[in-house]
Amino acid sequence: MTVVREIDVEVRVNGAAYRCGVPPRLTLADFLRERCGLTGTHLGCEHGVCGACTVLLDGEAVRSCLVFAVQADGAEVTTVEGMAGPGDELSPVQAAFRDHHGLQCGFCTPGFVVSVTAFLRDHPDPTDEEIRQGLSGNLCRCTGYQGIIAAVRAAAGQHARRGREEPTAAHP
Amino acid sequence: MIPATFDYRRADSVADALALLHEYGDEAKLLAGGHSLLPLMKLRLATPQMLVDVGRLGQLSYVRQEGDEVAIGALTRHRDLEVSEVARHSVPVLAHVAGQVGDPQVRHRGTIGGSIAHGDPASDLPAVVLALGGTLVVDGPGGRREIPSTEFFTGFLETAVRPDEMLVEIRVASTAGGWSFQKFNRRAQDWAIVGAVAVAAADGATRVSLVHMGATPLRAAATESALAGGATPAEAAAVAAEGLEPPSDANASREYRRHLAEVLVRRALEDVSLGHG
Ligand SMILES: Cc1cc2nc3c(=O)[nH]c(=O)nc-3n(C[C@H](O)[C@H](O)[C@H](O)COP(=O)(O)OP(=O)(O)OC[C@H]3O[C@@H](n4cnc5c(N)ncnc54)[C@H](O)[C@@H]3O)c2cc1C
Ligand code: FES
Ligand code: FES
Repeated sequence: MTVVREIDVEVRVNGAAYRCGVPPRLTLADFLRERCGLTGTHLGCEHGVCGACTVLLDGEAVRSCLVFAVQADGAEVTTVEGMAGPGDELSPVQAAFRDHHGLQCGFCTPGFVVSVTAFLRDHPDPTDEEIRQGLSGNLCRCTGYQGIIAAVRAAAGQHARRGREEPTAAHP
Repeated sequence: MIPATFDYRRADSVADALALLHEYGDEAKLLAGGHSLLPLMKLRLATPQMLVDVGRLGQLSYVRQEGDEVAIGALTRHRDLEVSEVARHSVPVLAHVAGQVGDPQVRHRGTIGGSIAHGDPASDLPAVVLALGGTLVVDGPGGRREIPSTEFFTGFLETAVRPDEMLVEIRVASTAGGWSFQKFNRRAQDWAIVGAVAVAAADGATRVSLVHMGATPLRAAATESALAGGATPAEAAAVAAEGLEPPSDANASREYRRHLAEVLVRRALEDVSLGHG
């Protein structure tokens, strides 16, 4: 029989350090929700299909239901709670989702917002085809995706414009 | 969706990983990207007692040109292979297919070594390594040994890697000719219902492999021998499913998979004969 041992991990989430002992089978998603109290990261399928649990792990979009917290020891994680600007001002991606009907029930939205934020960082001026490929790891049961694509297009335009106007802005 | 309990060790080197495998024997499993293993553990189809995490072995994440060959470290993630300049230049089919595995989130975690060591017949990268006539390098208590890809996949989710060994490198010859990857799936960026890879090799032969057409990733032997005998792409494609027993499942019946294999192999061979790639 396996001896159940807790392992100490330290993960920086949205800039704050969280240290605790975790059983090895605790997923990063459950770590974020239960240990950090950050319930913005949603769990839909819990086995790697829906993308609702997407977070940035050292800057890259990953499914937190398919990563154990012990694998994230020492890493930097950004969740949807870390997207808004100072004073809780919506990020350009979040504002575009609101403005273009990119959400209905909102369950899938945190995963989409995280995926889109990383996608636009890497593809500041995407084609529609690139947007569809970039979001293929996230499912939405409500919107039919058209509003989401429109939101990404709008946020990308804003991204490109801001990039020209404020070349030194850290958070476009 | 909670896996059975297990203990966890992070390996700092290949030697460390091999020592841990040796120490824990049958109870241990390597953890690379976890994107095949975690789903199995959550369904409790896999219940390892000890996970040996090799996911941070940065020294096994590389794509290097070595003479006429390209060497890929087993811990290279799909995304890193997709954007590797060396892979894009010397084995473009490999970079292309790495970019077709799953979706962006999967490609940020999954590794080529995990994909090949898992031995899933539905996986894309094993088929490419077969079509490239690649070699798998494993390390273990007896030192390193090389296994030709044609001898590597031994059964459903079974490979020639022994429990106390680890896959460390994938070696493939550079290609200069045409290639094609045909993936038929239900949703964008999903597992293949059937897939086909064709590569014009440096020796003039065309090698063809299939995804999800049997218990293991496999070469389309009947098609390859038809081509060697001078058959046209259409003639060679017509025998693509000969001797194969693909699975029936919710996505496709066995008959439909056989039909898909013929169509996809024909498209792939036509692409290659037109010099595409
Ligand atoms: C939603 C989703 C969609 C996917 N879609 C596709 C797809 O379209 N096409 C496709 O090909 N794949 C797909 N995959 C699988 C993905 O590519 C996996 O990453 C890959 O199959 C396994 O790699 P890994 O690094 O995650 O391995 P792990 O899950 O860590 O390991 C898999 C197995 O290999 C063993 N192992 C790992 N590394 C080594 C090594 N170096 N030496 C010896 N044994 C080792 C482990 O012990 C384990 O048994 C998908 C996965 C998910 C979750
Ligand atoms: S909850 Fe992680 S992919 Fe669905
Ligand atoms: S808004 Fe309801 S699932 Fe996407």
